Amino acid sequence: MAKELIQLIDISKSFDGQMVLDELNLSIHENEFVTLLGPSGCGKTTTLRILGGFASPDTGRVVFDGQDITRIPPNKRQLNTVFQKYALFTHMTIAENIAFGLKIKKKSQSYIDDKIRYALKLVNLEGYENRMPDSLSGGQQQRIAIARAIVNEPKVLLLDEPLGALDLKLRQEMQYELIRMKNELGITFVYVTHDQEEALTMSDTIVVMNQGYIQQIGSPESIYNEPENAFVADFIGDSNIIPATMIEDKLVEILGTRFACVDTGFGRNKPVDVVIRPEDVILVEPADGIIQGVVTHLIFKGVHYEMEVTANGFEWLVHSTTLFPVGKEVGIHVDPFNIQIMNKPESEDEEAVAIDI
Amino acid sequence: MTSNKKWLSVPYIFWSALFIVVPLGMILYYGLTDRTGAFTLDNIIAITTAGHAKALRLSLLLSLISTIICFLLAYPLAMILSQVQMKRHNFIILIFILPMWMNFLLRTLAWQTLLEKNGVINHLLTFLHLPAIKIINTPAAIILGMVYNFLPFMILPLYNALAKIDPNVINAAHDLGADHLHTFTRIILPLSIPGIISGVTMVFIPALTTFVISSLLGGGKLLLIGDVIDQEFTRTSNWHLGSGLSMVLMIFILVNMVLSAIFDKEGEGSML
Repeated sequence: MAKELIQLIDISKSFDGQMVLDELNLSIHENEFVTLLGPSGCGKTTTLRILGGFASPDTGRVVFDGQDITRIPPNKRQLNTVFQKYALFTHMTIAENIAFGLKIKKKSQSYIDDKIRYALKLVNLEGYENRMPDSLSGGQQQRIAIARAIVNEPKVLLLDEPLGALDLKLRQEMQYELIRMKNELGITFVYVTHDQEEALTMSDTIVVMNQGYIQQIGSPESIYNEPENAFVADFIGDSNIIPATMIEDKLVEILGTRFACVDTGFGRNKPVDVVIRPEDVILVEPADGIIQGVVTHLIFKGVHYEMEVTANGFEWLVHSTTLFPVGKEVGIHVDPFNIQIMNKPESEDEEAVAIDI
Repeated sequence: MTSNKKWLSVPYIFWSALFIVVPLGMILYYGLTDRTGAFTLDNIIAITTAGHAKALRLSLLLSLISTIICFLLAYPLAMILSQVQMKRHNFIILIFILPMWMNFLLRTLAWQTLLEKNGVINHLLTFLHLPAIKIINTPAAIILGMVYNFLPFMILPLYNALAKIDPNVINAAHDLGADHLHTFTRIILPLSIPGIISGVTMVFIPALTTFVISSLLGGGKLLLIGDVIDQEFTRTSNWHLGSGLSMVLMIFILVNMVLSAIFDKEGEGSML
C-alpha cells in the first residue's frame, strides 16, 4: 500500500454536550479515494471539517505528511475543499473564481491563465472563463468548484457531498467524471456521502460511520460482501439480517434449521447475526430447498423481481430474475459462501466500536 | 397575479392617488408657478441664493457625516449579528428595533432634554464636579440626533445582506488561502454591497430632508434645507418657493433611489 498521508489520531469532538466523534482513528494513504459513508449525524462531515481546518477537535491530533496540523488554520493547509452547494463567489466570473487562490499566492498572470485553461479543460468547461456562476447549471457550478480547488495543486481534495444537489442522471455522470479527474490528477480524494451507491462506485476505501464511530473500513467489495456488523450490512444495500446460532465451525443454525457455511472460529453454540443478500437467496421447488416458505409480496423492479417469502417465521427478501407468484410454495436455498456470519454486539454501544486498520 | 385578484389593490390605488400622486402634482404645480399662476423657474433657481445654498450644503454635509458614522457603527455589529446563532440574534435585533417603536418626535425631544444647557447630562457632570459641555444647538447635536434616529435603518439592510452570505463561501475563501483581511475585502465586503447601498440610502435621505432634528437640537440657529422649506410653508406662506426647493431636494433623492435600484436588486432594504 502507498504511504500514509493523513492520520487522525484519537479525535473526539462534541457540540453542545453531544458527542459527535468519539476517539476516532483513521489513516488515509497517498493517491487513495476514501469515502466517509454514513447516515446524517454520523460524524462524517465533522471529520471532513476537522481535516479541512474548519473545526478543531476537542482532543486528538491530525497529522499530515508527518507534520501535526491540528492547530493550523485552513488557509495554511495543503488541502482544498469542494463544498456542498458549490460555495462559488457569485460576484466574480468563472475565471476570477478559479484564479482566487492563485492570486492570493501572488502567482504570475501567465501562470494563472495557464492554470485556468488547464482546469477548465479538466472539468470539460472550456470557454466559460467570462461567465458568471449564476448563469451555470448545478452540475457546471460543481465542476467549477472542483476546478477552483485543484488549481492550487493540493495533495488532498476534500469533497463534502458534492453531488447531493444534482439529479440522479447527472450524479451518475459526475461519479465517472470524478474518478477520471482523480486518476488524471493523481492526488488523494476524501469524499463524504450518505449515498452507498456513490461510495461503492467510486471508492478505493470506504469508511462506514455511525454515531461518531467507525463501523468498518474496507474496499467496496469487502464492505458489501463481508459486513462486520448488522449496521454495515443494513446500510450498504438490501439485506436479510437474521439472528442465528453458530453450532460449530462451518455450521450455523438459522431459524431452527442448520445451514452449511464457510466461516470458522466463532466457537460452539455462539449466538451470531447472519447476513444474506437478497440476490443470494435462491428460490427452488419446495423439495429442493433447505427450508420451505410461501411468497407473500411481489414487485417488479426493472432488472429483477423483488419478492418476500415467509419461511420459518421470517420475511426473506429475495431478488430474482425468475418470477414466483404470490401464494406459491417455494423452497429456499443459500450457498454456504453466501452466508456472512457476524458477531452479535454485546451491547448497544459495542455495535459502534472504533476499529483500527 | 390572476385577474380576479386585481380588485385587492383597489384600496391602495385609491389611497396612493389621493395622498401621493395628488400632492406630488401640487408640488410640481406650485414649484413651477409664481403667485400670479404664471410659469417660472425662479423657485428652483432660488436654491443658488447664498442662504439656501448654505442650508443645502450644511444638510448634505451633516447627513453625509451621519451616514458614515451609522455605517461604521452598524457594519461590525451586523457582521457579529449575522454570525451568532438563531435563538439569540432575534433578541439582539429586537433591542435595536425597540427604539423605533417609540415616536420619533418623542425620542428627539428626549435628546433635547438630555443635552440642554441645564439638562440632565450637564446636571450629572456638574454633580461629578466635571465641566459642563455645550453641545445643544451645535452641528454635533444634530449629527447625534440623526445617528440615533436612523441607525436601525442602517443595521437591518446590512444584516440582511451579510446573513445571506453562505458560511461555506467564507470557508471556501479561507480554504483557498485567504487570510481574514483578504476574505473581508474580496468576499464579504463586495457581497454586502447591496446592503450597503440600501442602508446608506435609508439613512442619507431621511437625514437630508429632516427638519425636526435640526429645529429641536439645532435651536433654529442652524438651518438645514428641510428647515428652510418648512419655514416657506409654515411661516412665510410662500408655497411656490417651498415647492421649488422641495423639487431640488427630490433630485438628490431620485439619484439616490436610482443608485439603490441598480445595486440592491435583491431588496435588502425591503424588510423595513
